[in-house]
Amino acid sequence: MNAGNILVWIVWFAAAAGCLGSALAVVLLRNALFAALALIGNLVSLAVFYLLLSAEFVAAAQVLVYAGAVMVMFLFVIAYVGWNLDVAWTGGPSWQTLGGVLAAIALLAQLLVVIALAATNQLKHAKHVSANFGDPASIGRLFLSNHLLAFEVISIVLLVAAIGGVILGAQSRRTRTGGRR
Amino acid sequence: MLGPGIAWYLGVGSAVFAIGTAGVMLRRNPLIMLLALELMLNGANLVLIAFARGHGTLDGQVFALAVMAVAAAEVVVGLGLVVAMARRKIEIDIDLLSRLRK
Repeated sequence: MNAGNILVWIVWFAAAAGCLGSALAVVLLRNALFAALALIGNLVSLAVFYLLLSAEFVAAAQVLVYAGAVMVMFLFVIAYVGWNLDVAWTGGPSWQTLGGVLAAIALLAQLLVVIALAATNQLKHAKHVSANFGDPASIGRLFLSNHLLAFEVISIVLLVAAIGGVILGAQSRRTRTGGRR
Repeated sequence: MLGPGIAWYLGVGSAVFAIGTAGVMLRRNPLIMLLALELMLNGANLVLIAFARGHGTLDGQVFALAVMAVAAAEVVVGLGLVVAMARRKIEIDIDLLSRLRK
Protein backbone atom coordinates (compact mmCIF):
# COMPACT_ATOMS: atom_id res chain seq x y z
CA MET A 1 0.00 0.00 0.00
CA ASN A 2 1.73 3.16 -1.17
CA ALA A 3 1.39 6.67 0.23
CA GLY A 4 -1.15 7.86 -2.33
CA ASN A 5 -3.42 4.95 -1.55
CA ILE A 6 -3.31 5.68 2.19
CA LEU A 7 -4.04 9.35 1.52
CA VAL A 8 -7.12 8.46 -0.54
CA TRP A 9 -8.32 6.15 2.26
CA ILE A 10 -7.91 8.96 4.82
CA VAL A 11 -9.85 11.40 2.63
CA TRP A 12 -12.51 8.74 2.06
CA PHE A 13 -13.00 8.11 5.77
CA ALA A 14 -13.16 11.83 6.54
CA ALA A 15 -15.78 12.31 3.80
CA ALA A 16 -17.76 9.26 4.94
CA ALA A 17 -17.80 10.46 8.56
CA GLY A 18 -18.92 13.93 7.49
CA CYS A 19 -21.50 12.51 5.11
CA LEU A 20 -23.16 10.10 7.56
CA GLY A 21 -22.88 12.47 10.53
CA SER A 22 -24.49 15.37 8.73
CA ALA A 23 -27.18 13.08 7.26
CA LEU A 24 -28.10 11.97 10.79
CA ALA A 25 -28.05 15.61 11.90
CA VAL A 26 -30.55 16.53 9.15
CA VAL A 27 -32.98 13.92 10.45
CA LEU A 28 -32.37 14.41 14.18
CA LEU A 29 -32.05 18.17 14.65
CA ARG A 30 -35.24 19.87 15.79
CA ASN A 31 -34.50 23.27 14.28
CA ALA A 32 -35.05 23.41 10.50
CA LEU A 33 -32.33 26.05 10.09
CA PHE A 34 -29.67 23.80 11.62
CA ALA A 35 -30.98 20.84 9.62
CA ALA A 36 -30.55 22.84 6.39
CA LEU A 37 -27.00 23.82 7.40
CA ALA A 38 -26.25 20.14 8.12
CA LEU A 39 -27.53 19.25 4.65
CA ILE A 40 -25.01 21.71 3.16
CA GLY A 41 -22.26 19.78 4.99
CA ASN A 42 -23.66 16.55 3.58
CA LEU A 43 -23.67 17.94 0.02
CA VAL A 44 -20.07 19.14 0.31
CA SER A 45 -18.82 15.80 1.64
CA LEU A 46 -20.66 14.05 -1.20
CA ALA A 47 -18.82 16.38 -3.60
CA VAL A 48 -15.57 15.04 -2.09
CA PHE A 49 -16.76 11.51 -2.96
CA TYR A 50 -17.53 12.63 -6.51
CA LEU A 51 -14.00 14.00 -6.83
CA LEU A 52 -12.56 10.68 -5.61
CA LEU A 53 -14.71 8.93 -8.25
CA SER A 54 -13.23 11.28 -10.93
CA ALA A 55 -16.54 13.06 -11.52
CA GLU A 56 -15.09 16.57 -11.44
CA PHE A 57 -17.88 18.30 -13.33
CA VAL A 58 -20.64 16.72 -11.21
CA ALA A 59 -18.77 17.72 -8.03
CA ALA A 60 -18.57 21.32 -9.23
CA ALA A 61 -22.25 21.29 -10.22
CA GLN A 62 -23.13 19.79 -6.83
CA VAL A 63 -21.42 22.60 -4.94
CA LEU A 64 -22.72 25.35 -7.23
CA VAL A 65 -26.30 24.18 -7.82
CA TYR A 66 -27.09 22.32 -4.60
CA ALA A 67 -24.97 23.79 -1.84
CA GLY A 68 -25.24 27.19 -3.52
CA ALA A 69 -28.56 27.87 -5.21
CA VAL A 70 -30.98 25.26 -3.84
CA MET A 71 -29.86 25.60 -0.22
CA VAL A 72 -30.02 29.40 -0.36
CA MET A 73 -33.65 29.00 -1.48
CA PHE A 74 -34.25 26.64 1.45
CA LEU A 75 -32.73 29.08 3.91
CA PHE A 76 -34.83 31.95 2.54
CA VAL A 77 -38.03 29.95 2.96
CA ILE A 78 -37.01 28.83 6.48
CA ALA A 79 -36.44 32.48 7.36
CA TYR A 80 -39.80 33.38 5.80
CA VAL A 81 -41.83 30.83 7.77
CA GLY A 82 -39.64 31.28 10.85
CA TRP A 83 -42.69 32.03 13.02
CA ASN A 84 -43.47 28.35 13.14
CA LEU A 85 -40.32 26.28 13.37
CA ASP A 86 -41.06 24.49 16.63
CA VAL A 87 -43.12 21.68 15.14
CA ALA A 88 -42.97 18.51 17.17
CA TRP A 89 -39.97 16.42 16.16
CA THR A 90 -42.10 13.46 15.30
CA GLY A 91 -45.74 12.73 15.69
CA GLY A 92 -48.42 10.11 15.69
CA PRO A 93 -48.49 6.99 17.80
CA SER A 94 -45.24 5.40 18.82
CA TRP A 95 -45.82 2.36 16.58
CA GLN A 96 -45.58 4.78 13.63
CA THR A 97 -42.14 5.97 14.73
CA LEU A 98 -40.99 2.44 15.43
CA GLY A 99 -42.30 1.25 12.07
CA GLY A 100 -40.53 4.05 10.23
CA VAL A 101 -37.21 3.26 11.88
CA LEU A 102 -37.63 -0.48 11.28
CA ALA A 103 -38.52 0.06 7.61
CA ALA A 104 -35.43 2.24 7.08
CA ILE A 105 -33.20 -0.33 8.81
CA ALA A 106 -34.70 -3.15 6.73
CA LEU A 107 -34.06 -1.16 3.54
CA LEU A 108 -30.45 -0.50 4.55
CA ALA A 109 -29.90 -4.16 5.47
CA GLN A 110 -31.21 -5.33 2.09
CA LEU A 111 -29.04 -2.87 0.18
CA LEU A 112 -25.92 -3.73 2.18
CA VAL A 113 -26.44 -7.48 1.75
CA VAL A 114 -26.82 -7.11 -2.02
CA ILE A 115 -23.72 -4.91 -2.23
CA ALA A 116 -21.69 -7.29 -0.06
CA LEU A 117 -22.72 -10.24 -2.23
CA ALA A 118 -21.73 -8.40 -5.40
CA ALA A 119 -18.54 -6.92 -3.92
CA THR A 120 -16.61 -10.16 -4.16
CA ASN A 121 -16.99 -10.61 -7.91
CA GLN A 122 -18.42 -7.96 -10.25
CA LEU A 123 -17.52 -4.88 -8.23
CA LYS A 124 -13.99 -5.92 -7.40
CA HIS A 125 -12.06 -4.14 -10.12
CA ALA A 126 -13.00 -0.72 -11.38
CA LYS A 127 -12.21 -0.14 -15.04
CA HIS A 128 -9.27 2.06 -15.94
CA VAL A 129 -10.40 5.41 -17.22
CA SER A 130 -8.60 8.06 -19.22
CA ALA A 131 -7.60 11.41 -17.74
CA ASN A 132 -10.55 13.25 -19.31
CA PHE A 133 -13.16 10.95 -17.73
CA GLY A 134 -15.85 13.17 -16.26
CA ASP A 135 -14.70 16.49 -17.67
CA PRO A 136 -17.32 19.00 -18.90
CA ALA A 137 -16.50 18.48 -22.58
CA SER A 138 -17.26 14.77 -22.64
CA ILE A 139 -20.38 15.15 -20.47
CA GLY A 140 -21.65 17.94 -22.70
CA ARG A 141 -21.01 15.82 -25.78
CA LEU A 142 -23.03 12.96 -24.27
CA PHE A 143 -25.86 15.33 -23.33
CA LEU A 144 -26.08 16.63 -26.89
CA SER A 145 -25.78 13.26 -28.62
CA ASN A 146 -26.91 10.10 -26.80
CA HIS A 147 -29.01 11.80 -24.14
CA LEU A 148 -30.48 14.68 -26.13
CA LEU A 149 -34.09 13.71 -25.35
CA ALA A 150 -33.35 13.58 -21.59
CA PHE A 151 -31.70 17.00 -21.87
CA GLU A 152 -34.76 18.52 -23.54
CA VAL A 153 -37.17 16.85 -21.10
CA ILE A 154 -35.16 18.24 -18.15
CA SER A 155 -35.47 21.75 -19.52
CA ILE A 156 -39.25 21.33 -19.87
CA VAL A 157 -39.48 19.95 -16.30
CA LEU A 158 -37.55 22.95 -14.97
CA LEU A 159 -39.76 25.36 -16.93
CA VAL A 160 -42.97 23.75 -15.65
CA ALA A 161 -41.63 23.79 -12.07
CA ALA A 162 -40.77 27.49 -12.35
CA ILE A 163 -44.27 28.27 -13.65
CA GLY A 164 -45.78 26.12 -10.88
CA GLY A 165 -43.81 27.99 -8.22
CA VAL A 166 -45.03 31.33 -9.57
CA ILE A 167 -48.65 30.10 -9.68
CA LEU A 168 -48.49 28.76 -6.10
CA GLY A 169 -47.17 32.09 -4.87
CA ALA A 170 -49.56 34.26 -6.89
CA GLN A 171 -52.69 32.28 -6.01
CA SER A 172 -52.14 32.49 -2.28
CA ARG A 173 -51.64 36.25 -2.59
CA ARG A 174 -55.00 36.57 -4.38
CA THR A 175 -56.80 34.54 -1.72
CA ARG A 176 -55.24 36.59 1.04
CA THR A 177 -56.75 39.80 -0.36
CA GLY A 178 -60.10 38.07 -0.64
CA GLY A 179 -60.32 37.95 -4.44
CA ARG A 180 -61.49 34.38 -4.78
CA ARG A 181 -62.97 33.15 -1.57
CA MET B 1 -8.27 3.01 -8.75
CA LEU B 2 -6.67 4.27 -5.54
CA GLY B 3 -8.29 3.87 -2.15
CA PRO B 4 -11.54 2.03 -1.41
CA GLY B 5 -13.35 0.03 -4.08
CA ILE B 6 -16.72 0.80 -5.62
CA ALA B 7 -18.60 -1.26 -3.01
CA TRP B 8 -17.57 1.12 -0.21
CA TYR B 9 -19.09 4.08 -2.04
CA LEU B 10 -22.25 2.06 -2.69
CA GLY B 11 -22.49 1.31 1.05
CA VAL B 12 -22.28 4.99 1.99
CA GLY B 13 -24.84 5.89 -0.69
CA SER B 14 -27.23 3.24 0.63
CA ALA B 15 -26.77 4.49 4.20
CA VAL B 16 -27.55 8.08 3.16
CA PHE B 17 -30.63 6.83 1.28
CA ALA B 18 -31.85 4.87 4.32
CA ILE B 19 -31.31 7.83 6.67
CA GLY B 20 -33.27 10.03 4.27
CA THR B 21 -36.08 7.44 4.15
CA ALA B 22 -36.28 7.46 7.94
CA GLY B 23 -36.40 11.26 7.90
CA VAL B 24 -39.25 11.38 5.38
CA MET B 25 -41.25 8.87 7.40
CA LEU B 26 -40.56 10.27 10.87
CA ARG B 27 -40.49 14.05 10.65
CA ARG B 28 -43.65 16.16 10.66
CA ASN B 29 -42.20 19.44 9.42
CA PRO B 30 -42.60 19.53 5.61
CA LEU B 31 -39.43 21.62 5.29
CA ILE B 32 -37.38 18.89 6.96
CA MET B 33 -39.21 16.25 4.93
CA LEU B 34 -37.97 18.07 1.81
CA LEU B 35 -34.44 18.12 3.24
CA ALA B 36 -34.63 14.37 3.90
CA LEU B 37 -35.92 13.86 0.35
CA GLU B 38 -32.80 15.65 -0.87
CA LEU B 39 -30.76 13.18 1.20
CA MET B 40 -32.46 10.27 -0.58
CA LEU B 41 -31.80 11.77 -4.03
CA ASN B 42 -28.18 12.41 -3.12
CA GLY B 43 -27.67 8.86 -1.89
CA ALA B 44 -28.97 7.63 -5.25
CA ASN B 45 -26.68 10.11 -7.02
CA LEU B 46 -23.62 8.79 -5.21
CA VAL B 47 -24.53 5.25 -6.25
CA LEU B 48 -24.99 6.37 -9.88
CA ILE B 49 -21.60 8.06 -9.97
CA ALA B 50 -19.88 5.12 -8.25
CA PHE B 51 -21.29 2.75 -10.88
CA ALA B 52 -20.26 5.16 -13.66
CA ARG B 53 -16.69 4.98 -12.34
CA GLY B 54 -16.86 1.22 -11.90
CA HIS B 55 -18.04 0.58 -15.45
CA GLY B 56 -15.87 3.29 -16.96
CA THR B 57 -18.77 4.95 -18.80
CA LEU B 58 -20.06 8.49 -18.37
CA ASP B 59 -23.79 7.77 -18.66
CA GLY B 60 -24.18 7.49 -14.88
CA GLN B 61 -22.76 10.96 -14.41
CA VAL B 62 -25.13 12.35 -17.05
CA PHE B 63 -28.04 10.74 -15.24
CA ALA B 64 -26.81 12.16 -11.91
CA LEU B 65 -26.95 15.64 -13.43
CA ALA B 66 -30.52 14.91 -14.60
CA VAL B 67 -31.42 13.85 -11.03
CA MET B 68 -29.99 17.14 -9.76
CA ALA B 69 -32.23 19.12 -12.12
CA VAL B 70 -35.30 17.10 -11.08
CA ALA B 71 -34.40 17.70 -7.42
CA ALA B 72 -34.22 21.43 -8.06
CA ALA B 73 -37.67 21.34 -9.69
CA GLU B 74 -39.07 19.34 -6.77
CA VAL B 75 -37.65 21.84 -4.28
CA VAL B 76 -39.26 24.74 -6.16
CA VAL B 77 -42.73 23.16 -6.01
CA GLY B 78 -42.33 21.90 -2.42
CA LEU B 79 -41.13 25.23 -1.11
CA GLY B 80 -43.94 26.93 -3.05
CA LEU B 81 -46.43 24.76 -1.15
CA VAL B 82 -44.78 25.60 2.18
CA VAL B 83 -44.88 29.32 1.40
CA ALA B 84 -48.54 29.03 0.38
CA MET B 85 -49.25 27.30 3.72
CA ALA B 86 -47.45 30.05 5.60
CA ARG B 87 -49.40 32.76 3.72
CA ARG B 88 -52.71 31.15 4.66
CA LYS B 89 -51.55 30.89 8.27
CA ILE B 90 -51.87 27.11 8.18
CA GLU B 91 -49.63 25.56 10.79
CA ILE B 92 -46.52 24.03 9.19
CA ASP B 93 -47.34 20.42 10.03
CA ILE B 94 -47.64 17.65 7.48
CA ASP B 95 -50.61 16.04 9.23
CA LEU B 96 -52.67 19.16 8.47
CA LEU B 97 -51.97 18.70 4.74
CA SER B 98 -53.64 15.30 4.50
CA ARG B 99 -56.23 16.82 2.16
CA LEU B 100 -55.06 19.18 -0.55
CA ARG B 101 -58.44 20.93 -0.96
CA LYS B 102 -60.11 22.43 2.06
